[in-house]
Amino acid sequence: MQFPIYLDYSATTPVDPRVAQKMIPFLTEDYGNPASRSHSLGWKAEEAVEESREHVAALVRCDSKEIVWTSGATESINLALKGAAEFYKTKGKHLITVRTEHKATLDTMRELERRGFEVTYLEVRPDGLLDLNQLESAIRKDTILVSVMYVNNEIGVIQDIPAIGELCRKRGVLFHVDAAQATGKCEIDLRSLKVDLMSFSAHKTYGPKGVGALFVRRKPRVRLEAQIHGGGHERGFRSGTLATHQIAGMGEAFRLAKLEMSAENERIRAMRDKLLAGLQEMEEVFVNGDLERRVPHNLNLSFNFVEGESLIMAVKDIAVSSGSACTSASLEPSYVLRALGRSDELAHSSIRFTLGRFTTQEEVDYTVNHLKSKVGKLRDLSPLWEMHKEGIDLSTVQWAAH
Amino acid sequence: MAYSDKVLDHYENPRNVGSFDKGDDSVGTGMVGAPACGDVMKLQIKVNKDGIIEDARFKTYGCGSAIASSSLVTEWVKGKKLDEAAGIKNTQIAAELSLPPVKIHCSILAEDAIKAAVEDYKKKHQ
Repeated sequence: MQFPIYLDYSATTPVDPRVAQKMIPFLTEDYGNPASRSHSLGWKAEEAVEESREHVAALVRCDSKEIVWTSGATESINLALKGAAEFYKTKGKHLITVRTEHKATLDTMRELERRGFEVTYLEVRPDGLLDLNQLESAIRKDTILVSVMYVNNEIGVIQDIPAIGELCRKRGVLFHVDAAQATGKCEIDLRSLKVDLMSFSAHKTYGPKGVGALFVRRKPRVRLEAQIHGGGHERGFRSGTLATHQIAGMGEAFRLAKLEMSAENERIRAMRDKLLAGLQEMEEVFVNGDLERRVPHNLNLSFNFVEGESLIMAVKDIAVSSGSACTSASLEPSYVLRALGRSDELAHSSIRFTLGRFTTQEEVDYTVNHLKSKVGKLRDLSPLWEMHKEGIDLSTVQWAAH
Repeated sequence: MAYSDKVLDHYENPRNVGSFDKGDDSVGTGMVGAPACGDVMKLQIKVNKDGIIEDARFKTYGCGSAIASSSLVTEWVKGKKLDEAAGIKNTQIAAELSLPPVKIHCSILAEDAIKAAVEDYKKKHQ
């Protein structure tokens, strides 16, 4: 076994070696600019770019003409939200999103607020899912766009994108979906989904960092105001010389995802369930977010009475993420877990395990044993665990907040 | 985040972990912090009849720096008079452990824990 054991696949994935092989020639041999029309190096690069576009389109079942290359999901989301808001602002100035979205969406919405738009941030239910009635009542006459993520990056829950799409279409509102965490995990069919804009990332699906794509629907046509100006690449949606090697990598990664996802998801789900069963042999371990409507590789757990950062420090053999950002004087637990209504204590005690293509049974077994021993050790150190064992209800204690 | 060697040492091998009987007359107990803030420290001192701290125990819920700060002060208070112990400053703790600015609150909490334990002991003996 190699240490640390990598269980942080939702942060990023390793590039699949088959993907890396596909990328390398475009750095050293076929280095032409895909926009060069006057020689074979340019044609070859363009061919690779278009082939990749087909692969991306095939995974999510859209027309390849609807795919715009970007530098990653953050840029795609910026282009979708700012581009649509600016283009349709004469129609209305109201947008809707959800509190548990990624910062790429929330911060872009904040910027749009500074530009004079009005944004509604919807709450989620305790299971992490959006209440459609709440969404329906939030839509106003001047609402131009709704943005909801397909799969939550922290808790892995899958929103009901088909139903939200129907609702938005019926009300004549554009619908953007952040699908960075969904590709290769969820079957995405843009022929049937009433989605107008969808953002993708390569590096969450075994492709390279620094490349992504935005789906922009052609029927019915969605218009955007470009956010990056220059040579008019990507039909004016996004100027800038295309990064052929990155795009070749994303294309290959998405091609492999389409081929392998169903078998891979079953294999990963079995290991995730084993991990959960093993860890739940301990007392006071809670799953954050709905377990059924969730991608197969995500497990977000709170280990009550143990603080997340010290746990991360204790399990240094394992690379995972904590919901507790203990980096400032005012310790801030995960805003996603808080939005589920989790107490600060449980939010501070959370760990996100995300498994992936290269995770092994042996690694899962090691992780279970390692966690059990470390959680046990930290609970022996924890005054809260001691009080819990003495039968004291911690919610009745008067704490001196600091 | 990179931790200093001293923080890692106290975290890996915490000194004087445990609890004394709160009801014991020779014991002073200080509990500071709040679970919502991500750290709670319990520090206990055992004081002899000459007013010298003979022994100390701690339990801490918190990040590695919080655990290290409380482990360190259990060593420091031993052999000290009550007022000497209460005079330990958070800056001394932070300097000893090379805490980065974002972890200074851990040393403040440890200082508060000592003061609370001394206070508790004094209250018992008024």
